[in-house]
Amino acid sequence: MEFTVKVNGERWDIDAAPADVLLDVLREKIGVKSPKIGCERGDCGSCTILLDGKTVRSCLVLAVEVDGQEITTVEGIGYEGLSQLQDLFISNNAFQCGFCAPAIVLSATELLDSNPNPTRHDVQEALAGNLCRCTGYEPIIEAVLAAAEGGAK
Amino acid sequence: MTTTFPFEAETDSDQLKTVGTGAVRIDGVDKISGAAEFVDDIDFGPGLLHAAIVESPHAYARIVSIDTTEAEEAKGVVRVVTGEDFPYKFGMYMEDRYIFAQDHVRFVGEQVAGVIARSHRQAVQAAKLIKVEYEVLEPLLDPKSAVAEDANLIHPDLDDYAHVPWFFPKADTNIAHWRKIRKGDTEKAFAEADFVLEDTYTVPRYAHCAIEPHVTVSRLDHADRLTVWTASQSPHTQRHLFAEALAPLGFTHKDVRVITPYVGGGFGGKAGVSMEILGAAMATLVKGRPVKLRFTREQEFYNTYQRQGVVAELKVGVMNDGTITAVDHKLFWDAGAYVEYGANVVNAAGLSATGPYRVPNISNDSLCIYTNLPPGGPYRGFGYSEFHFGLESHMDRIAEAIGMDPVDFRRKNAIQEGDELSYGAHMNPSGMIEAIDKVAAAIEWGVEEETDNPNTVMSKGIACFWKAPAMPPNASSASFLKFNEDGSLNITVSGMELGQGYLTVMAQIASEILTVPVEKIRVETPDTDRNPYEWQTVASHVTWSSGLAVEKAAIEARAKIFDVIHQVYGFEDESLYLENEAVRCSTDPEFVKPLRDFVIDGIQTEEGTWRGGPIIASGKFMPEFTNANSDPETGQGGHPNVHYTVGCTGVVTEIDRDTGRVWVRKAALAVDAGRAINPDLVKGQIVGGLVQGLATVLYEDMRFDEDGKLLNPNFTDYKIPTAFDIPDEVVPIIVEVPQPDGPFGARGVGEHTMIAAAPVIANAVYNAFGTRIKSMPVTQEKIAMALLEKGSG
Repeated sequence: MEFTVKVNGERWDIDAAPADVLLDVLREKIGVKSPKIGCERGDCGSCTILLDGKTVRSCLVLAVEVDGQEITTVEGIGYEGLSQLQDLFISNNAFQCGFCAPAIVLSATELLDSNPNPTRHDVQEALAGNLCRCTGYEPIIEAVLAAAEGGAK
Repeated sequence: MTTTFPFEAETDSDQLKTVGTGAVRIDGVDKISGAAEFVDDIDFGPGLLHAAIVESPHAYARIVSIDTTEAEEAKGVVRVVTGEDFPYKFGMYMEDRYIFAQDHVRFVGEQVAGVIARSHRQAVQAAKLIKVEYEVLEPLLDPKSAVAEDANLIHPDLDDYAHVPWFFPKADTNIAHWRKIRKGDTEKAFAEADFVLEDTYTVPRYAHCAIEPHVTVSRLDHADRLTVWTASQSPHTQRHLFAEALAPLGFTHKDVRVITPYVGGGFGGKAGVSMEILGAAMATLVKGRPVKLRFTREQEFYNTYQRQGVVAELKVGVMNDGTITAVDHKLFWDAGAYVEYGANVVNAAGLSATGPYRVPNISNDSLCIYTNLPPGGPYRGFGYSEFHFGLESHMDRIAEAIGMDPVDFRRKNAIQEGDELSYGAHMNPSGMIEAIDKVAAAIEWGVEEETDNPNTVMSKGIACFWKAPAMPPNASSASFLKFNEDGSLNITVSGMELGQGYLTVMAQIASEILTVPVEKIRVETPDTDRNPYEWQTVASHVTWSSGLAVEKAAIEARAKIFDVIHQVYGFEDESLYLENEAVRCSTDPEFVKPLRDFVIDGIQTEEGTWRGGPIIASGKFMPEFTNANSDPETGQGGHPNVHYTVGCTGVVTEIDRDTGRVWVRKAALAVDAGRAINPDLVKGQIVGGLVQGLATVLYEDMRFDEDGKLLNPNFTDYKIPTAFDIPDEVVPIIVEVPQPDGPFGARGVGEHTMIAAAPVIANAVYNAFGTRIKSMPVTQEKIAMALLEKGSG
């Protein structure tokens, strides 16, 4: 099946099987590698992308479903230089191994887009679908709150 | 009394510029921009093949036959593999595993056969077509029944297995290793003690749950060179074990190359060799084609390593003044079907099962017991988290029984520099008491907390910890260093950046000595063909060991720099020093020679010739004072551990009387880092490790059915913490009593931060309700049931 999708601002015309999963198509046919394969059942959140600005788990989406939509990954967020949020992730040591970091940046970006002044609880809620085994989350929450304070988008 | 160290590292603390600062991670932009490449992200082109594994549905069975006919004919299949293709053993410390099962399977999930196909989907489909006939045998699923007199033997050939000299397997039993410590006279000490407490504690199995699954791509090229890209903590150890196991196929070390890009979390689960050898072996049968094997999340749970379970029988004797006089600790480890790595966890625990206390009379028995559950192995804490649960629960109980405050009791017995360890060597400098005091102050020990909620109770808990790196006595690290034209540096090492910040810390050490800023230093992940040797990134030892190798390389580079200056300008080496990327001279304040001017091209002399050339250096470190030889019956005589890192954890909890739910309102954790090369990264280890530890006590738990099948191999049923499941506040405390042989006084902290998390919660629960829970995890359900029982009793 053929469909068209915009990925980080670029148009792609893709031919995929009806059963192909969006995560696999992004990684194997489009070559965007920041959405990661962690559990393939929607538990870990490592495959999170922004689909028309909303976070979705790309392991739970069939590729053909995104026809005509727009996808953003962390490669797109930082294309013109790292966002303030990304800078704050670095200065707060808000990641360690870095495997879950691209997905977490997207979840936090979505939060700040819809709620510029989140509480600690709001941040926890926005990130609750992204598992991180390294940091204990505290520095991530602090980075997101600092970004909100700095008026980051 | 104390060990003399042959290499005294540079520890001049007053002048430090980079060491001790929170330098920005050098892998930061890579990881936050999406640039960081993990194994699964590397493109191998259209030739890439995919592997799937056929696994045993039985915990213990004899393989009667394997029929691969249908699978071989399935669409896309390139090759089907069984144990017959690779009748070779392997193992880290004991060779008790085959690459694929031979005549028996010993746990549910064990690899019996494999399929290589053109797509992942085709491989998985074809694997389902392989028919294996089994004769099912009675499995042994807990360590106590496996050591019963009439128990079946899981490894009847145990006596023939090759193993390291510090293991003591017991032939014709299921005991693969028995670490004994006998020191002083425990019998007499217990008889003379004012109070003796004896009890049993149990700890189940746990899963590492790194978010990146194990993945490996292997390729035997047309020149017969085997390259393996792997998500691993142990590139050189993997190369060594691949080369040894596959030697019958003609491989030597030169023919095997392991490349390890960034790793998405390890926690011990990616140490040694587990599934990687399947991919490496399978690739040898499809020359020229790369083969990818990526484990599913389910396979991650049941066929990599698991943290071992343990039944701990503990007896401690004290005098009325609070002096501990004797410890008898019997640890029955559920080590699983293969113990090639896990047996050393058992060994490490046995050496240190007194905890961080001065104990004159010791009897430790740490038994590595085969069971028909998945192989145990290394997990952050390496046996110490497991035995500290009982030990630190016990310490609180004894303190209460003799009417002493648990903080005072621990202070009184806290191990100090020079104290004799269980195996006869002596304790390194240690900030144990400082750690206890700082944690007690941070949680306001002794001050009662109040809550407005009538359904909850506030309480506090405290627990101490210690741990030594568990390594072969000759585990080594090495480094290469080279300057570039602009005075920037490339350093190659083979420790792994697992997230802890290792690459940054190595850059900081070199920066401190050579005055080159951290942002001008590149340290990259290993390739065994190019990077010098590192044993493994485990045991919390790379800051110390690899750090020393980098320090030595930097010192060697500095000596070469001074030598060039001496040759050209005649200044004595002793008068030269580095400052802001330039050579300066104490006898000629006007002299300034920037490094970028000569570290590649050298310096022209007055007559027009040149001196110097590219500055390159190397460094290596091996702990030459260690020794694993000891009496098998007493454990005395060796010096198996290089040093211990100590610390203390405290919590303020709020617990619901009706539901048993525990909220950690505040946690404080002090760890003696010797010197924190990068305090921000140490704090990262404190917060992350503590949360991982709290999860093991509050809710994580591997559940098996009566046939030995894991019931919760996914994140829906095996919950790990989310952003909601963390303490309201964590106070990270860094104690710095320098390690004499550490780089700038540093020692490791990575594993230690999770070790006391379990007992500190058990102690807080007791302090809230007077209810002592002696089996992990201390779940909401267990607390609620205990309270219910107590109320009705």
